[in-house]
Amino acid sequence: AMDTDLSSQDRKDLDKFIKFFALKTVQVIVQARLGEKICTRSSSSPTGSDWFNLAIKDIPEVTHEAKKALAGQLPAVGRSMCVEISLKTSEGDSMELEIWCLEMNEKCDKEIKVSYTVYNRLSLLLKSLLAITRVTPAYRLSRKQGHEYVILYRIYFGEVQLSGLGEGFQTVRVGTVGTPVGTITLSCAYRINLAFMSTRQFERTPPIMGIIIDHFVDRPYPSSSPMHPCNYRAGEDNAVVYPSVEDSQEVCTTSFSTSPPSQCVFTVTKAHFQTPPPVVTDTLKVPVMGLAFSHQLSSSRFSYQPAALGVGSADMGYPVLLAGGLNAAHPHQLIGPGKEGGVPPVPSQPAHGTQADQERLCTPLEGVHYSAATPSSSEDTETVSNSSEGKCGSPHDLLETIFIRKVGAFVNKPINQVTMANLDIPFAMFAPKNVELEDNDPMVNPPESPEAESPLQGSLHSEGSSGSSTGNTHDDFVMIDFKPAFSKDDILPMDLGTFYREFQNPPQLSSLSIDIGAQSMAEDLDSLPEKLAVHEKNVKEFDAFVETLQ
Amino acid sequence: SCPLSTRCCAPPSTGPAMNCRAEVLEVSVEGRQVEEAVLAVLHTVLLHRSTGKFHYKKEGTYSIGTVGTQDVDCDFIDFTYVRVSSEELDRALRKAVGEFKDALRGSGSDGMGQISLEFYQKKKSRWPFSDECILWELWTIKVNVVNLANEQERQICREKVGEKLCEKIINIVEVMNRHEYLPKMPTQSEVDNVFDTSLKDVQPYLYKISYQITDSLGTSVTTTMRRLIKDTLAL
Repeated sequence: AMDTDLSSQDRKDLDKFIKFFALKTVQVIVQARLGEKICTRSSSSPTGSDWFNLAIKDIPEVTHEAKKALAGQLPAVGRSMCVEISLKTSEGDSMELEIWCLEMNEKCDKEIKVSYTVYNRLSLLLKSLLAITRVTPAYRLSRKQGHEYVILYRIYFGEVQLSGLGEGFQTVRVGTVGTPVGTITLSCAYRINLAFMSTRQFERTPPIMGIIIDHFVDRPYPSSSPMHPCNYRAGEDNAVVYPSVEDSQEVCTTSFSTSPPSQCVFTVTKAHFQTPPPVVTDTLKVPVMGLAFSHQLSSSRFSYQPAALGVGSADMGYPVLLAGGLNAAHPHQLIGPGKEGGVPPVPSQPAHGTQADQERLCTPLEGVHYSAATPSSSEDTETVSNSSEGKCGSPHDLLETIFIRKVGAFVNKPINQVTMANLDIPFAMFAPKNVELEDNDPMVNPPESPEAESPLQGSLHSEGSSGSSTGNTHDDFVMIDFKPAFSKDDILPMDLGTFYREFQNPPQLSSLSIDIGAQSMAEDLDSLPEKLAVHEKNVKEFDAFVETLQ
Repeated sequence: SCPLSTRCCAPPSTGPAMNCRAEVLEVSVEGRQVEEAVLAVLHTVLLHRSTGKFHYKKEGTYSIGTVGTQDVDCDFIDFTYVRVSSEELDRALRKAVGEFKDALRGSGSDGMGQISLEFYQKKKSRWPFSDECILWELWTIKVNVVNLANEQERQICREKVGEKLCEKIINIVEVMNRHEYLPKMPTQSEVDNVFDTSLKDVQPYLYKISYQITDSLGTSVTTTMRRLIKDTLAL
């Protein structure tokens, strides 16, 4: 019932946006806990694969994990996507630091434009996420990881579980985006009591024997998905480990339209298909492992290397996980081949849920127009007031009757300088004849109002239309007084223009006039003692005044 | 200023629009932290107020370029912020902040001042009237410079200011999430009235940075009457 108002195209778009928003959210969070600075480049020409117009890299393993957790579903009421960030020490103690939640609530915004407003707001929300991931306490911890501890992530889908965060955890809201099917909310709950090193209050996991293999943490939760280390080095030149066929092909080229202003055009075109990279097999792992071994032996400290099949991170001194057939059940370790471990094979069929996407990608969608109703959301409304644009009579009407005082034109022109067009601008002859805008603009053509009683009024009246060369009668210039908006005429019953004219030339101060200044010096000197006496009497007041200036 | 210029150099002539948002943030920092603290705030705001470059195509459609981001570690504060990847924008902000910092240091003031980031829209007026600048969002950062006595205090200050900046970032994000007024997406002919299109890689909304130093009397330096009288009497 909720969807009947949403066109099927909009619905598909919206689902796609939410799906990719979820994937990008996970990428931002995990990358922010890698322990290193992130840097991506701006590109002025859209490449077609940058969702939400942001350059956010896709670490394939992370996308794979996220998709696995989502299992083709989207966040909905009661079904939230959570990214859990935890810390694990070299002794094997671990502790949850943060839970990032992407939730959906029931509050729908039917009026909002999917292809435009929702998309842009999701982009804004990702920017907020980028900013917020650097300001929670776990960020600084994650930057210092490596020797004493590492940071792990775990993605799950379902109910949010915050109990592992300890007492008094705090929540920060990253933002919300309303959509026609519900409101997306992104928030983070984080532990504030980080004094855990001394008090071992957290769960014990099997001790690490120098070589980390098992980071499969025993969780009391039903949907326990394995945890993964965050610091993953995805080498650009290595083959994509998780081919993620649908990802490399689901790109989004968005076009927005501004004309006509009330319409929005959103076109999604499928980018070129990329040849799916070959599935990583054992052979790729071998050289890395060789490297790993030598590191492993020399390093007394363990560290994590995520199931970086084919990827090494020897540069940071992180020995790669050993394989040796251990924990074949755990798919996220560098272990031997097999169905249970290693790389999942390229799906021959797209996973359910993406079927529709695949099909959709094949049909060209250019030229699909969404005629958007006048947006009700405030951000689409231009509040800058425009002068009303209406029709006007011919300029001839203008010339007949009025001498227009334009805003800012405090010119008191002698009549014989008034030009034929009688508009107070030079080169008026060359001005475009249709002056509808000004004519109907109340600032320029105020409604008729009674003449002001200004004493200067008289000087504006014409004494004759000597300057006219067209034969139009300019005999009587009727001064139209402005009633500018927001002016009060209860204090001084005049408008700004009149006020200016009146007080433009105030009389001189009497003390400055020659007559007064003709007093002789002698008289001044005579009056001095008196004045000094007066001042001395009031010396206290003067002192107080000087005090206030200190 | 020339009415035909595409940039509005003068202060906004018509002042804020009716629905102009104004946010004020206050920070107390050591002298050497001023630049980083202010840049962190300005960049965070501009991250949210910049889009990719618009490319207008036929039929009035347009596509949007991609905005990259990068982390910036502060040297004097335990803090990292995210900015858009645009060297031009970073240079422009650093220049303005550098001037602010010099003014703060130089005026013999008590080290109080404020720096403002204004977002405005241009409304074209007919010649000979110059374009109006309508302010739609105003961010003011009030800076109070403190002097610390020893290294231990400085270390604490590093952490404390870092924590404070975290709070500011959360505040900024909160405001951004309100989804209040944003200028309407412009047509190609109007784009320069809404966005700064001079940068080659990103496109922020039209913005302007200005600052004001408070002198030790606690008043703005523009009100100099008192000082004049004081100086005269001191003779």
